[in-house]
Amino acid sequence: MKKIVCMVIAVALIFTLAAFPVSCSRLDTVENLEGDYTGLEGTTLYVMNWGEYISDGSEGSLDVVKAFEKVSGIRVIYDDSTPSNEAMYAKLKSGAVAVDVVIPSDYMIQRMINEDMLQTVDTSKIPNYKYILDDYKNLYFDPQNQYSVPYTIGMVGIIYNTTLVEGTPDSWDILWNEAYRNNILSFNNPRDGFATAQFLLGQDINNTDKALWDAAADKLKEQTPILQGRVMDEVFNKMEGGNAAVAPYYAGDFFLMKDVNEDLDFFYPKEGTNIFVDSMCIPKSASNYEGALMFINFMLEVEVALANAEYISYASPHTGVRNHEDYSLKDSQILYPDEAHKPRTQYYHDLDPEIRAYYEKLWEEIIR
Amino acid sequence: MKKSTNVFLNAPYVVWAGIFVVVPLFIVLVYAFTDANGNFSFDSIIALKDYWNNFLLSLLYSLVATVVTLIIAYPFAYALSKTPAKTQKIQMMLVMLPMWMNLLIRTYSWMNILDQNGIINQILLSMKLKPVTFLGTPGAVIFGMVYNYLPYMILPIYTVMAKMDNSLVEAARDLGCNGFNVWRKLILPLSMPGVISGITMVFVPSVSTFYISQKLGNGKIMLIGDTIERQMQALNNYNLGAALSLVLMILILVSMFIMNRFADSTGEGGVVV
Repeated sequence: MKKIVCMVIAVALIFTLAAFPVSCSRLDTVENLEGDYTGLEGTTLYVMNWGEYISDGSEGSLDVVKAFEKVSGIRVIYDDSTPSNEAMYAKLKSGAVAVDVVIPSDYMIQRMINEDMLQTVDTSKIPNYKYILDDYKNLYFDPQNQYSVPYTIGMVGIIYNTTLVEGTPDSWDILWNEAYRNNILSFNNPRDGFATAQFLLGQDINNTDKALWDAAADKLKEQTPILQGRVMDEVFNKMEGGNAAVAPYYAGDFFLMKDVNEDLDFFYPKEGTNIFVDSMCIPKSASNYEGALMFINFMLEVEVALANAEYISYASPHTGVRNHEDYSLKDSQILYPDEAHKPRTQYYHDLDPEIRAYYEKLWEEIIR
Repeated sequence: MKKSTNVFLNAPYVVWAGIFVVVPLFIVLVYAFTDANGNFSFDSIIALKDYWNNFLLSLLYSLVATVVTLIIAYPFAYALSKTPAKTQKIQMMLVMLPMWMNLLIRTYSWMNILDQNGIINQILLSMKLKPVTFLGTPGAVIFGMVYNYLPYMILPIYTVMAKMDNSLVEAARDLGCNGFNVWRKLILPLSMPGVISGITMVFVPSVSTFYISQKLGNGKIMLIGDTIERQMQALNNYNLGAALSLVLMILILVSMFIMNRFADSTGEGGVVV
């Protein structure tokens, strides 16, 4: 009897599977391509990017990597397992991998240029480079636009739960407010962590004065007793679930949290905040330079850039996206604040090794 | 068996261990005694002195977790070995069940259960009780260790208990030994090998964990595993990371050596170093 029941169930299962033919035919074609994607069929391209940092076909979005493979015939090895700029740097420095495209942040690009780890990017072979806004050209880390092609722009702000926070906060000092004891989250990495105190103290976040770093460290130690925790990605769960009242994080990510929890709101602190640009670069170790240029050009196709901007919800440096009628975030005051609401911003610069070692040591003391 | 056959049978594992155990250990050693430029240096070893409280904290947490696990597991394993064979199987499966899920996922789930507005606190609130802060406390981290590693304690103890010859217990009883003494003089010594491998299997992963303390400690409780992870991942300081790992390995070796001495004195040596 038991056997018969099992058989019936198994057969039933097979039929249900057959009744629903694999219906996830993913969106992997781009209609209006401007570039030429022929000539490199059969080659391989190694792309290193951050997690959740490209439109990947989930929830009806465009599968960018697959679309590129389809149109170019290039096989893409896509690696998004690297957690941070520092870890990416270590991987490239070790020479264990030959990466063709990486997307580091500004200060890391500066460091990699200084250490001769990047190739020049021949923008004459990237016709879609014309879409890049002038505001994001000639930035401090790459003054001649030789090494990098901007991909996304982000700013740090403070996310807060309106049911737990009184009034409309506007300053970093909310992270030191005793009233929210045990309800405050902060960054669990030295650079972003220090910046919260540095802005509050009115410091330059790239200063090289050890006494100023000491002062910022003292400020952070003062905060420790009222902190609920120092987190990175966990912030999504915690803010979405109403587990904490305030947390500083990256503006684009706020939209993802807001989708889950309507009570969340966001502001840029009046003392100023960090702005960063993540750009596409080609490391010296690249083995498919032409393929890398092709991929970067593809990423700048209007439709592709739009899909990415929607998916990642960070600000886009792409004129074709900013003006696109289908772009749902184009009027967002958070991503694209008008002159009146623009926060004062500073970029992180790559600091010299001595200062870096100094603040890292201070950070160790703070978190232990 | 002839010696030559022995060599032949061992070869696959020896090659495996050579490549994936000995060589990496050697690399750790090299990193620990060099600086960032690859020159011989004691800098990382000297820097270790800043981390002794980190080591102490890890030892303390994992010791407490091991003791708690033992207190829960020992009576349970004994009771389990005495239940009818059929229910034993089901109970054993229930013990193993959580392990079918990845440790990371289990721990992440606990983070959501224990959080300020998590499931437990919502239940407390609905009963008009004050919410409790779990995450970020030592209790939460130790709980995470106990929860994750409990099956590793139950399994080996249960195995020796189940193998135990019941006629010994009957004989002791017949000769007038009381219940407590049967346990003390018979069951306890016979179950020691299981207890010791259980302790090792809970203590070693607890003392080196970083994920549990990170998630359930809210980034506020820094165990030595967290420090090593940070040196390697975020700070790019492979040399200090290697030096810390080296000390951790020595610590584990020493504690296993002590354990082995225990095991030797009670007959069967149950621990694999």
